[in-house]
Amino acid sequence: MMRRTIPLFITAFVGSILVIAYFIPHPPFDQLREDFSIFFDIIAAVAFILGGGNLIRMHGNRVSRREKGYGYSLVTVIGFALVLVIGLTKMGNPDGFRNSSVTAAGSYFDLAYQYVFRPCAATMFALLAFYVASASFRAFRAKNVEASILLLVAFIILVGRTFVGAWLTAWLPPSLDFLTIPYLADKIMTVLNFAGNRAIMIGIALGIVSTSLKVIIGIDRSYLGSG
Amino acid sequence: MSRFIRFVETFNSLDKRWIFLAVGVAVVTATIFRLTFPEIPTPMVRAIYDKVETLPVGSRVLLPFDYDPGSEPELQPMADAFVRQCAEKGLKMYFIALWPLGQSMVEGVINRVLLEEYPQLRYGEDYVDLGYKSGGEGVIAVILTDLKKLYTTDARGTNIEAIPMMAGIANIRGFDLILNVSAGYPGLKEWIQYAGTPGNIPTAGGCTAVQAPLLYPYHPDQMLGLMGGIKAAAEYEALMMEGYPKFAENKARYLTALTRMGPQTVAHLAIIFFIVAGNVAYQIMRRRKGAAR
Amino acid sequence: MPSTAPRPAGRSGRGRRRGAPPGRPALLLAALCLLLAAPAPGQEVPPLPADPPAEAARPQPPAPPPPPPAEVRAADTPSDSGRSVTVRWSPPAEPAGAGGPLLGFRIERATGADGPFAAVGQAPPGAVRYDDTGVDNGVAYYYRVVATRLDAETASAVAGPAIPRPQWINTNQWNVFLILALLLGFNLYFIEHIKAGGKPFIRKIAGLEAVTEAVGRATEMGRPILFVPGIQDMNDIQTVAGVTILGYIARTTAEYDSRLTVPTSRALVMTTARETVKEAYLSAGRPDSYDESSIYYITDEQFGYVAGVNGYMVRERPATCFYMGAFYAESLILAETGNSIGAIQVAGTAQPAQLPFFVAACDYTLIGEELFAASAYLSGEPKQLGSIKGQDVGKLLGMVSIVIGVTVLSLALVTGWEPLRRAAEFVREFWSTELA
Repeated sequence: MMRRTIPLFITAFVGSILVIAYFIPHPPFDQLREDFSIFFDIIAAVAFILGGGNLIRMHGNRVSRREKGYGYSLVTVIGFALVLVIGLTKMGNPDGFRNSSVTAAGSYFDLAYQYVFRPCAATMFALLAFYVASASFRAFRAKNVEASILLLVAFIILVGRTFVGAWLTAWLPPSLDFLTIPYLADKIMTVLNFAGNRAIMIGIALGIVSTSLKVIIGIDRSYLGSG
Repeated sequence: MSRFIRFVETFNSLDKRWIFLAVGVAVVTATIFRLTFPEIPTPMVRAIYDKVETLPVGSRVLLPFDYDPGSEPELQPMADAFVRQCAEKGLKMYFIALWPLGQSMVEGVINRVLLEEYPQLRYGEDYVDLGYKSGGEGVIAVILTDLKKLYTTDARGTNIEAIPMMAGIANIRGFDLILNVSAGYPGLKEWIQYAGTPGNIPTAGGCTAVQAPLLYPYHPDQMLGLMGGIKAAAEYEALMMEGYPKFAENKARYLTALTRMGPQTVAHLAIIFFIVAGNVAYQIMRRRKGAAR
Repeated sequence: MPSTAPRPAGRSGRGRRRGAPPGRPALLLAALCLLLAAPAPGQEVPPLPADPPAEAARPQPPAPPPPPPAEVRAADTPSDSGRSVTVRWSPPAEPAGAGGPLLGFRIERATGADGPFAAVGQAPPGAVRYDDTGVDNGVAYYYRVVATRLDAETASAVAGPAIPRPQWINTNQWNVFLILALLLGFNLYFIEHIKAGGKPFIRKIAGLEAVTEAVGRATEMGRPILFVPGIQDMNDIQTVAGVTILGYIARTTAEYDSRLTVPTSRALVMTTARETVKEAYLSAGRPDSYDESSIYYITDEQFGYVAGVNGYMVRERPATCFYMGAFYAESLILAETGNSIGAIQVAGTAQPAQLPFFVAACDYTLIGEELFAASAYLSGEPKQLGSIKGQDVGKLLGMVSIVIGVTVLSLALVTGWEPLRRAAEFVREFWSTELA
């Protein structure tokens, strides 16, 4: 019972206090949100030790048992250990161990960041360009009226985002400026799309209120490991 | 079955690897041949450019860079353009970051733009790097009232009181403009909500194209302009070329967004081709199936 | 690259209905939002005075000093945490153009009515207010406002004493309090109403109806089930919602004796997910089937995480993929990879920017609030279903407010009738929040 009761009480108390603190500007309530945010950051940073340890244990086991795909695990373990060591020892740091930060330009840590991490992250992000193309090819099919309207709108937006959009409708007189593709693309994004986004955001906000209430009053106990 | 129908059938269920190949070839071709296309600045982009142009010499501009290497290709050109224009106008630049990796983005732009192109500008007098602080919008709320409560040193460890351009600055309320570059949270929305609107500080900035629709509601009352994605950055560079013709002499260095829009435009056209061709193939097959029944 | 628009609803090749369209309330809300023409409200800044005429080349007589700001008053800034005094004044009595342009106002402060006064801030011409935040609580301050021209200035009468103090109640947020009280009240009412035997109508959510089918498919094919709880930490409510759904899916998985894999991006999410899945297996009577190593941490870094998950998907080829939580740019990468391995995909997120990608690439998508309704929907518990009804009433409140607001604002603009204009102003301010 204690395993459930104490966390439930803490959740209810802290949740209620933080909601009430929004309306109380008097110290110490004015700093509560910021303070609890910092508390969470500290806990998350300490919890990283758990995550890092789990990562090494799991991949280390795979390597030691020579399981299928253990090569990837070996790369993970070596990469983890290497960057940890060169970071902690500030290896290659031009100003030595004491007088500079871990990320000083020219250090091995900085080199790993600039020439390994950054290209890998940018490469993964670049995959999106290809996936957008394949997703568009598959998804934008005029199967019915709604799909056809969607296709037309997507076409206007895609063309409107390039110089071709302006070029295609450049011949229209100024009085028909509202029919030019860039204008239509702009209005679709800033009016139609924005209206839909606002509706979804209102729904999301209400969902957040409901879910938070369920957590605070103890109806939703998923974070304790039960529904 | 005729050869044409077989082709249409194949195209209708095309293996996506052909699409990847086509997009890849289109992008590589445009990159190799350095294709660029003219960009017509939109009002929201022009509003930012005009605002910076009208600021008097010595005005204070806060430049929060809240992005990381993943979005650097899309956002770096606008960050560079902002800094170049501020340097040309003789504005005081205060760099800050709410993302951990934003700090390295700041250092990159200082090394790449200020140290190389504007060596006459002095650190501590014309620009300063205040560094990264965790806390998201909490940081913004604090520096709106008391900047030195959080920032006792700059990113290089220098005491804030020893930096000439920090003299007399109690908070960011007296700043003339906030120019934010952001890839997510915390970002431009938080700067508008926690600094720009309550502090009555003109706020503008750039973000990834995907985020832009979520920020349109703030324009024009709370956000004087917005640059959404690489296209908007290219429009801004087009304005920079107009106002400062010297930047047209070295496109590869000064007009990276315009250069990158070339492959993007070609990739867009490739996607449009596949969408149109895919629909044509789909309709042909649908009619065939309907006729067969 | 622009984001892709949502893909059309219709039949997929597999005979499953892809991406149920949003329910009628959401469509109605979207239509009403279309009518909302007014932009988000911002702080009012008085207009700047017109540019002065160009001066003649002949030497001019010295310009008269500017008129002093009138009705200067200084008081503790209300509804704050202290250490702030608000100084207000009225615009100068004579037109500012007479004798040259006004450069602005200098605000000076002293701890005694006789001074000495020191400058504490500047305000632009046209300003009528300045907040001095460099003061200490409990100390009496006196202020004067100095109107400045190029070569002349005039100080106002001294205002004060103003003693800054922190307040216990932020009265500026009364509207937020009222709306919150209403929402909480509706939620609690419906929770109690349903507990007492009320029968709520909850429309079918296709994505959640498909959970059992999706798990069954994976069991038949002998392939694992992948669950991705987003890339944010446990302090994000979307992750909490995702982990809640994980509990139900884990119970179903335990009953079907399928393999469940949960790669996480945060260590705290890993520990919470492990507890949740363990409890689910216990409650399903299958504690032996629980494998702690199936829930593991990859990395906090966004693209490193999605690279790890993608690698798992391509190697192990899960039959079913669930994406429930907060996602950013990696959403399309995950969804397209899942599509390429032929998995059935159910996604749910409250990130509006990522919804189009999930709708385009996944079989079912929980849009925004449906993610938060999922735990109540899946449990079927009266206590939880009441919260869905509370959400619905909140939406109704929003829709009614939009209709009223748009009507009042439009009529005020068209007719210019003063009471309507004041009503429109009230509606605008009621739905604004003071965020600092």
